[in-house]
Amino acid sequence: MAADMRLPTIRKQVSLSSSLSALDGKDLVVPGDVITSDTGFMRGHGTYMDEEKLTASVAGEVERVNKLICVRPLKTRFNGEVGDVVVGRITEVQQKRWKVETNSRLDSVLLLSSVNLPGGELRRRSAEDELTMRDYLQEGDLISAEVQSVFSDGALSLHTRSLKYGKLGQGVLVQLSPSLIKRQKTHFHNLPCGASIILGNNGFVWLYPTPGHQDEEAGGYYTSLEPVSLSDREVISRLRNCLLALGAHKVLLYDTSVLYCYESSLPHQIKDILKPEVMEEIVMMTRQKLVELEG
Amino acid sequence: MENVLCLNRSTGDTSVACCMGSLRTDDLRVDGRGCEDYRHMEIETEMVSNTDGSAKVTLGHTDVLVGVKAEIGKPRPMVPDEGYLEFFVDCSANATPEFEGRGGDELGMELSNTLYKVFNNRYSVDLKSLSISPGEHCWVLYVDVLLLQCDGNLFDAISVAIKAALFNTKIPKVHISEDEEGGKEIELSDDPYDCMRLNVENVPCIVTLCKVGHRHVVDATLQEKACSVASLIISVTHKGTVTCVRKVGGGSLDPESIFEMTETGKRVGKALHAPLMELLQEEESLGKKRQKVGFLDTTLIVAVSHCP
Repeated sequence: MAADMRLPTIRKQVSLSSSLSALDGKDLVVPGDVITSDTGFMRGHGTYMDEEKLTASVAGEVERVNKLICVRPLKTRFNGEVGDVVVGRITEVQQKRWKVETNSRLDSVLLLSSVNLPGGELRRRSAEDELTMRDYLQEGDLISAEVQSVFSDGALSLHTRSLKYGKLGQGVLVQLSPSLIKRQKTHFHNLPCGASIILGNNGFVWLYPTPGHQDEEAGGYYTSLEPVSLSDREVISRLRNCLLALGAHKVLLYDTSVLYCYESSLPHQIKDILKPEVMEEIVMMTRQKLVELEG
Repeated sequence: MENVLCLNRSTGDTSVACCMGSLRTDDLRVDGRGCEDYRHMEIETEMVSNTDGSAKVTLGHTDVLVGVKAEIGKPRPMVPDEGYLEFFVDCSANATPEFEGRGGDELGMELSNTLYKVFNNRYSVDLKSLSISPGEHCWVLYVDVLLLQCDGNLFDAISVAIKAALFNTKIPKVHISEDEEGGKEIELSDDPYDCMRLNVENVPCIVTLCKVGHRHVVDATLQEKACSVASLIISVTHKGTVTCVRKVGGGSLDPESIFEMTETGKRVGKALHAPLMELLQEEESLGKKRQKVGFLDTTLIVAVSHCP
C-alpha cells in the first residue's frame, strides 16, 4: 500500500554489443544532418536541399535505392498500406460511413458497404440500414479491420468483411508507436499463456481473453459482457505491462518477443513490472533470448 | 454490470466493463495495482535556480513543477501578525493541446481554488513565522505550479510537489533597523546560507479517490478517470487530520460511500507523509554530492532493432 517514492536518476545508455554489427549497414540521421554533398541523387521523403547539400528533415535511417535517397523516420504516424490489420476507435457516425481513429494523419473511413450485416446477409444496403448504423457501431467502440484501399489524400478505407474482424469485446487496449510492430503473416495470436492478442499495424494492440467457443454467425457482431475470470485478467494485466516495457525500450513487437517478455516477467509482481529497474532487467532478458533464437 | 450503458462513451462500453469487473470482486486494476496503490513516483527539489524553493514530481506520466518565491508585502488587515501564501496554477500547453491559449485557465482556477481551501487553516504552515513587523511587513510566499504533463491524479502530484518545494524553501533572514526619521528599514542578510526554513510537518497531502463501479481507487489514470462518475478530494496531514474535503464530477455519491472513501483517504494520506519526509531528508543530506537530473529525462537507447 505504501507509495513507491524515490529520487530520479539519469537513465543509462543501453546498447547491446551483438546488435552493433547490425548497425553497420544502417545510417541514423537527425534533422539537419548532411546526408551527401553529391548532386547526382534524387531526393525522396524526409530530405531537403540546403545549399546544394542533401539534408535530412526527420530523425531516422537513410534508405538508398539506386539514385533515390530518402529518410524513413523512426517515430511517425501510421502510414497504412493495403492489407494492414488495424485496431481503431469509432469517432463519428456519418451518412453511409463511420470515421475511425487509427493513429494516422487523417481519420480512416469505414464504409457501410464494407461491413458484414448481422446474420451474414448479402444484399444491397438500404435506407433502413443507414438509419440503424448506430445500433451496430457507435462513437467510442473499438473495431479490428483491414485496410482495403488508400484514398488520394492519404486516408485509409477499411473493411471488416471477414469473420475475424469486427467490433471488439472486453479487453485492454495498449497504444504504442506503429514503427515497433513487425509485419507478419498474421496479426491475430492466441498466446499459450492464456490470452489472445491483436497486434494492429497502427500501433494499437488489443489484449483479450481467449474466447471459449467460436460462434459462427457472431463474426464480430456479438460482444459478450460476461465477467472475465481473475486468472485471465491477471494474464492480461501482465501482458499489458510487458508491452509497455517493450515499447519504452523500443523492442520490435511480435508474438515471440511478447511471449519471451511475459516469461521473463513471471518472477516479478504485475505492478512491479513498470518500475524502471525491473523494466530494464526484463527487457535485457528478452533481448538475450531473442538473440539466442536467431543464431 | 447494470450501469455499463450509461457511462461515458469515449472509452467504449467494453473497456469500461473490463475495468469495472475486475474491481468489483478483486483488488486488481488494469496495470496490476491494487485499489490503494500509487504509481511510481520520482521527486527532485532545487531545480529552478531563480526561486527560493522548487520541486518537480513525476507520478507515472504526470509531471508537475512547483516554484516558491518569497517576497516582502503588507499583511492582511484581519491578521496583522501573520504572512500568507498565494497559489497560482498554470496548465502549460505542453501537457495537452486542449490547454492552448485560454483552454487551461478553467482547470487552473479550479486547482488553485482547491489549494487555497486546503491551506486555509492555522496549522498547515506556521504563518506567524512569516511575519517581519506586525501590521507593516510580512513574507508572502508565492507558490506557482506548472503542469508539464497530465496523466490523471493532478491534485496528489501537486500537493506532494508543494510540500517538497516548501521544505526546500530558504527564506533570507531580515534585520529591521531604525533610521534617522524613525522609519523602519529592512536589511536582507548577504550570506546565502543565512536563511530560515519552514516547518512542513503539518502540510497536508491531497488524496483523490475516484468511484469506479462499486469500489473506489486511489491514483486513477486518465482511463480510469473516464470510467468513474464522481471523485472525492481529501487533504490529510501526517496525523490523519482532514483539512478539506471536496467532491468533483457529475455523478452522485451515496453518504455511505463518502464515509468509506473518507476512511480510505485518511489511511492512504497518512501513509504518504513518512516516506516523503524521509526522501526529502535523504536528498538534503546528499548535499553537493547529489546528481542533478533536472529535465534531462532522456531515454538514450542506441540499439534500435528495426526490420532488416
